[in-house]
Amino acid sequence: MKQNNEIELLHQQYITSLRREKIWVRFYQILIFIVFFAGWEVASQNKWIDPLIFSSPSKVGGLLKDKVLDGSLFVDLGYTVTETVFGFLLGTLLGTLLAAILWWSPRLSNILDPYLVILNSMPKVALGPILIVALGPNMTSIIMMGILVSVIITTITVYTSFKNVDPNYLKVLKTFGATRYQLFKEAILPASFPTIISTLKVNVGLSWVGVIVGEFLVSTRGLGYMIIYGFQVFNFTLVLLSLVVIAIFATIMYQLVALLEKILIKNGST
Amino acid sequence: MVFLKIDGIHHTYFTKNSATTALSDISLEVREGEFVSFLGPSGCGKTTLLSIIAGLIRPTEGTVSLENQPVHKLNNQIGYMLQQDYLFPWKSIKENILLGLKISNSLTEEKEQYAFNLLEQMGLGGFETQYPSQLSGGMRQRVALVRTLATEPKLLMLDEPFSALDFQTKLKLEDLVSDTLKTFGKTAILVTHDIGEAIAMSDRIFLFSPRPGRLHKTFEVPEQLKNLAPFQARNHEAYPELFQSIWKELENIEAK
Ligand SMILES: Nc1ncnc2c1ncn2[C@@H]1O[C@H](COP(=O)(O)OP(=O)(O)OP(=O)(O)O)[C@@H](O)[C@H]1O
Ligand SMILES: [Mg+2]
Repeated sequence: MKQNNEIELLHQQYITSLRREKIWVRFYQILIFIVFFAGWEVASQNKWIDPLIFSSPSKVGGLLKDKVLDGSLFVDLGYTVTETVFGFLLGTLLGTLLAAILWWSPRLSNILDPYLVILNSMPKVALGPILIVALGPNMTSIIMMGILVSVIITTITVYTSFKNVDPNYLKVLKTFGATRYQLFKEAILPASFPTIISTLKVNVGLSWVGVIVGEFLVSTRGLGYMIIYGFQVFNFTLVLLSLVVIAIFATIMYQLVALLEKILIKNGST
Repeated sequence: MVFLKIDGIHHTYFTKNSATTALSDISLEVREGEFVSFLGPSGCGKTTLLSIIAGLIRPTEGTVSLENQPVHKLNNQIGYMLQQDYLFPWKSIKENILLGLKISNSLTEEKEQYAFNLLEQMGLGGFETQYPSQLSGGMRQRVALVRTLATEPKLLMLDEPFSALDFQTKLKLEDLVSDTLKTFGKTAILVTHDIGEAIAMSDRIFLFSPRPGRLHKTFEVPEQLKNLAPFQARNHEAYPELFQSIWKELENIEAK
């Protein structure tokens, strides 16, 4: 009985120490946040850094308030977020589809292998100007940019995962007389779900790059346009505001994908 | 009546930088309702032979036929349980055991019920909604067996189904499998390394020698052992004698 109490006590202490550690970590995270923004504000106020270039949190905040109140921020944000979401969803979907085609035909995959390597090592954003001339300076070509930066790497990663599925699962299915389509549906695709989700996470980041560059080039609207416009009229408060908004929304999208992962991947471990 | 006929099988595996002959000149026959074992040292081609019988790989030479039909033309008449359970981790137990029926588009209310009954008999009733990762090794093995039996194959092949289990679980499962197969009157082929298991479970034992795999010798299990449950067979007075003679043959093979 006495021993039991002791174990109980030790367990309590252990839980307390875990909790204390967590509080300290959170404390330092918040501290870094405050020091960064306070430092920025103070440095800018005292002209230790050039306030014309680096602006200051209070100015960025003020501009944010104005743009929220007149609603113009939401218009730009809406365009950019839509383009990015389409970009990374379509990029992942198309990449997975291409990977499925390559898996279907081993000969095709052997033939295309060197071309995939070349396409993958090429900086895709460099195709931007051609794309915009070909498709016109509109949303379609920006979404295409978002797709383009992610589709090849998705194809390669997902195809590799398809190929690495344990052949014995296929053997089990074949003993039941499974067709190639059934092999794909019952084993290849579900076994690769974790890989597809993790490429989805990477593609969130990649598509932001594609879309922002696309908006630089098209220069009519969106957060990318806000940056390029701010740069042209030398309004760096606007540039920094765009960056902050991008950071916030990129994080939100990433978290949403992480949530999707929790819902999709089920194997009884939760 | 000849049920399964294996005739003049040779098989060579080709890879980029090697050609391995896994089987050479294998011919044997299995009668309907018979339980036979393939026994032999590691690498003598037992798994290869099962894959050929299942029609998964075409042999370099020779033919296999089940009821006078070449096996590669059959569908779902042969159940094959692999060396490990290979349950699909993302499917629930229910989805796993119904997989074969789903693949062959023959999932009916009746067959589903049959599968559930099997699961119940294996002592796993109520586990339908769980996932393989939540089960122990022995439980998973039983689920894999149910998955194989659910399509009601005419011939059942088991590749070392009990090798990964502790001794006690193994003995229990031997009895369970033997009993289940007898009830349904199934023809079965068991691959094993374990002489005792081969004697306890089968009617005939085929002993293979390696490099390349050949049929070395066939042993007939004495009548009095055939009808006993595996656990009782292990304790019968006729058991040690057969064990000794198989053991000697295996030593001969390994000495070569
Ligand atoms: N896919 C393959 N490609 C090339 N060689 C193979 C292949 N599969 C098996 N072999 C070779 O064929 C021989 C027989 O292998 P097999 O798996 O049939 O043996 P086994 O009797 O089942 O062995 P174990 O008792 O260890 O399971 C071995 O020498 C092995 O190296
Ligand atoms: Mg084997």
